[in-house]
Amino acid sequence: MSVIPSVAVSVFRESVRDKVLYNLVFFAVLLIGVSLLLSQLTAGQDVKIIKDLGLAATSVFGLFIAVFVGIGLVWKEVERRSVYSLLAKPIRRWEFILGKYLGLVFTLAVNLAVMAVALHAVLAYQAWITPPELAKAWEAPAIDPGLLVAIGLIFLQLTLVTAIALFFSTFSSPLLSAALTFGLFVIGHFNADLKNFEQVVESPVVAWIARGLYYLLPNLAPFDVKAQVVHGQAVALGDVLLTIVYALVYIAMLLVATTWIFGKKDFK
Amino acid sequence: MLAIETDALTKDYAVGFWRKRPYRALDRLTLQVGPGEVFGFLGPNGAGKTTTLKLLMQLIYPTAGHAAILGKRVGDVGVRRRIGYLPENPYFYDHLTAEELLVYFASLFGYGAAERRARASRLLDQVGIGPERRLQLRMFSKGMLQRVGLAQALVNDPEVVFLDEPMSGLDPIGRQQVRSLILSLRDRGCTVFFSSHILADAEALCSRVGILAGGRLAAEGRLSDMLAFQIRGWELVVAGLDQTTLAAFESSLSRCTRIGEGQYALELPAGTSPERLAAELVSSGATLVSLNPVRETLEDFFMKHVAGSQHAGS
Repeated sequence: MSVIPSVAVSVFRESVRDKVLYNLVFFAVLLIGVSLLLSQLTAGQDVKIIKDLGLAATSVFGLFIAVFVGIGLVWKEVERRSVYSLLAKPIRRWEFILGKYLGLVFTLAVNLAVMAVALHAVLAYQAWITPPELAKAWEAPAIDPGLLVAIGLIFLQLTLVTAIALFFSTFSSPLLSAALTFGLFVIGHFNADLKNFEQVVESPVVAWIARGLYYLLPNLAPFDVKAQVVHGQAVALGDVLLTIVYALVYIAMLLVATTWIFGKKDFK
Repeated sequence: MLAIETDALTKDYAVGFWRKRPYRALDRLTLQVGPGEVFGFLGPNGAGKTTTLKLLMQLIYPTAGHAAILGKRVGDVGVRRRIGYLPENPYFYDHLTAEELLVYFASLFGYGAAERRARASRLLDQVGIGPERRLQLRMFSKGMLQRVGLAQALVNDPEVVFLDEPMSGLDPIGRQQVRSLILSLRDRGCTVFFSSHILADAEALCSRVGILAGGRLAAEGRLSDMLAFQIRGWELVVAGLDQTTLAAFESSLSRCTRIGEGQYALELPAGTSPERLAAELVSSGATLVSLNPVRETLEDFFMKHVAGSQHAGS
């Protein structure tokens, strides 16, 4: 099993040397820094704005990293034929896929950690410059453990998006893979509407198809707890655990499908 | 135990958009390569050489037939610990250095950290990659990538090495180094299976060759048997020959090439006696520089079989 960590480390090394990644992380940190300026414009809402913008930046830039690195993970290796030398070594195709996936997940973890540190630094600074009597008006403290839950769920959501991008990367071009992954990301946030389709349509067939799509397509809404955290509301542990289990099952299914497709592939 | 064995190995590709038709890239290839041989797999562009190598590496799956390496079915992960492979026009990872690439590939064989670095260093020295081994591979030229490709194929000291166009992109010094490398592999008892369309390399290196044309094995055997052949004629190189003397003998020559002041390469057809002509030239005041038989070359043999296969297929 030592080949999987080797592939993962190689993916991480390649990713951190890619300037695209540097630029994305830089802009994310910049946006988090800018939120500090914006927060000065609104009295009493400063910490909320920083948290909101900060979590949004983490989510959006993390999404870009997951998609743009994920869609090229397999496609680039196949297109440039670097996969030929690799698969002639004692590595099974499923080990290759798993190594690639874990490498990008690790890259995402490091990048999200950087963004999380930046966000906490800005919040800590805001807390330091705010007089205590004004800080009492905040719905939640500046340094709030709930933030880590929100960032953790963003990370989990991005690992699922990475698995989707990797899945498409095994059989379609980068442009199509990016479009399909972004598309599923958007659909995933409105997935709940499909469940209730039967209440607005008369045709039972359409309702049945909608319900099928609800179960098939990823449901990403539960991963988004930004609003709750920003307003200082507790996130139920049971909901978090259920979301984690859902993500792990969905990722496992995607990886199985990915390894099956990749396993059958002829590298012409 | 044979090093490499194929039995009616066949590969069809589906071509076309609406109505897919099978295109046969490799047709019932059956060959055997013994341990320690240097086997040249020759053929024109599109003959199926790379298809064969990809089938042996299980980068593509056969339509029919079987193949085995060191007695195990291709695709056996265990046997991949004992083989090496250089693909055609290799390409690696833009942001890794040559050193990092070899260390990475060595890690796939389970070597420890120190062993990986030692192997990477030794192999890069062997293929002539110096201080540039610390540059990222995206800055490497084609020839340098080819050298790195050779190094990664040997990282596990393989028993069988598969090389697809190993000389591609190399300068004359590089080609000489690769030839020496292949010969040293042979001397170590390694089996080398290399595909090429450069016949001079095969003549210099191989004990056996197979000639592929149109997806079919057109000829196969020991080089010495294939080239054991007929003398097509004789070549005499003479110096100090004047025009008058030359004119007297010209009718008995199949070709006359002036190579310098008073120096000529004279070709005699088969069946004539070169000794008599040599003696007459010397008695007329010329100097005999060399006398050699002209045999059928591998290129002649190749052209005969490739042309024959292409006619049979059309």
